[in-house]
Amino acid sequence: MDYLERLPRRVVTLYLPLGIFVFVLLFPFYWMTTTTFKPDAELYDYAHFNPFGIVHPTLMHIEKLLFETDYPQWLLNTTFVAVAATVLSLFSSVCAAYAIERLRFTGARYVGLAIFLAYLVPPSILFIPLAAIIFQLGLYDSDWALVLTYPTFLVPFCTWLLMGYFRTIPYELEECAMIDGASRLQVLRWITLPLAVPGLISAGIFAFTLSWNEFIYALTFISSSENKTVPVGAITELVEGDVYHWGSLMAAALLGSLPVVILYSFFVEYYVSSLTGAVKE
Amino acid sequence: MTAEVQLADRPAARRRQTAARLFDNRHFLGWLFMLPAASILLVFLAYPLGLGFWLGLTDTPIGEPGHFIGLANFVSLSRDSVFWLSVFNTIFYTVVASFFKFFLGLYLALLLNRRLPFKSLLRAIVLLPFVVPTVLSAIAFWWIYDPQFSIVSWALIQLGLIDHYIDFLGQPWHARFATVVANVWRGIPFVTITLLAGLQTISPSLYEAATLDGASALQRFRFVTLPLLSPIIAVVMTFSVLLTFTDFQLIYTLTRGGPINATHLMATLSFERAITGGHLGEGAAIADAMVPFLLAAILFSYFGLQRRRWQPGSR
Repeated sequence: MDYLERLPRRVVTLYLPLGIFVFVLLFPFYWMTTTTFKPDAELYDYAHFNPFGIVHPTLMHIEKLLFETDYPQWLLNTTFVAVAATVLSLFSSVCAAYAIERLRFTGARYVGLAIFLAYLVPPSILFIPLAAIIFQLGLYDSDWALVLTYPTFLVPFCTWLLMGYFRTIPYELEECAMIDGASRLQVLRWITLPLAVPGLISAGIFAFTLSWNEFIYALTFISSSENKTVPVGAITELVEGDVYHWGSLMAAALLGSLPVVILYSFFVEYYVSSLTGAVKE
Repeated sequence: MTAEVQLADRPAARRRQTAARLFDNRHFLGWLFMLPAASILLVFLAYPLGLGFWLGLTDTPIGEPGHFIGLANFVSLSRDSVFWLSVFNTIFYTVVASFFKFFLGLYLALLLNRRLPFKSLLRAIVLLPFVVPTVLSAIAFWWIYDPQFSIVSWALIQLGLIDHYIDFLGQPWHARFATVVANVWRGIPFVTITLLAGLQTISPSLYEAATLDGASALQRFRFVTLPLLSPIIAVVMTFSVLLTFTDFQLIYTLTRGGPINATHLMATLSFERAITGGHLGEGAAIADAMVPFLLAAILFSYFGLQRRRWQPGSR
């Protein structure tokens, strides 16, 4: 109905509210960025420097972060954990989703329902018993504790997403291949998986982002500084007593966000489709 | 025929044939394929879920086995004013934040659903708060809420609206609303993008028909958009309520439950009792206490919003 509206009306009912939304949604990022590049003298002196601008940009906060803290190590840990957990979850989810959606073995429907229910179990009620289990397995304070526990929320999500994706691939294609003498495994390898690549990318990206963002398990299962992930390290190690080094804290937030934001900017469409796909089913 | 007979003569070949047949049996293959996912979920999800209920009935300290003490944890919690405060905070946080997330998210989705230049860019920007790690954006909010250098206070003073800096995280009610605002900021994108996907499936011809029949913009929204959107609203809000109710990261980063437990959610309180305090059993009991609230919240938002579906005479 938009073609019935005139410009002044559009400005008030559309562009103005939209502008306010975009401003509010982006402001924390803008603030994070300016604080990162501002020298301390400007950072804490609003009387002489307008806080919205930077007069003398500096890299001192980033330098401090990279060379005086374990931050590079945290970045490495987070990358390792996120990649390993994503690969593990993606592998198990592809198998599970294919089995539930295409092999339709006895009880497949109930297993599918159980996967959906597992999706609704929040980490906040699992972390205490999981901590006890991790302790017993001797995995406490190791990256593997995270690699093995992150799939608890990644596998249900990815399986659910991939089930929806496999459903969109025509079954006739698989039948054709089987008539030509392909085994089930060959069908999966040569027909279904190549067609499911967009779904795999969606699930993979989303899983990577979720593992990168995970906090409560990493906070509970990791204690030594050199094993921490970026979110946990930033909040526990960079604050010394009551002294907040806001410049390096903001630099930590900015640098820690960049990998996921860059990944996201390349795959926005996949990201959106996995977000909406998971809800629509 | 002869080939088969020859194959059957050799045991190795027969074994291979049986294996091949087994791998083409969908029931066998199905269960085999379920194995990796099932073992992960059973060991690290189903078992801990059960263990959590058991731990709630024990006095387990961290790193040692505990003893069964019945409902003693729950009895002592029921007399614990901090626990009840955290229940109140959790409900307040969930209700207020979900309310604003829904209305602002829906409003933004309606705006983005109109004819716009740079639509996909705008959509990408809107989703940004959801992509960035919660803890890292919460650190930015922590700095924005700083009692001495808050940019919000500074801007309001410059505009002449207030005359002294607001202590956002130092006063109980200020802190409650400040954390809700940060949560809403982070939650809007999810609601908006999923509702936008729902809006895009509604055919424009329905709006045209309604307009020709003389429906106003408000009536078009009320009688066309809302009924067609309600199934997806129910799902989105169920997820949103679930995530808000079990939120941990934002509160832990911004206030750690303070000032004087005013922002403690049940999740942060259970962390404090179990991990910081070392009483795994008591922490598990608090986590268990979340389950009925959680089920009620899910049932309420799912069935409450989908009410029309199961009224007699409907689909």
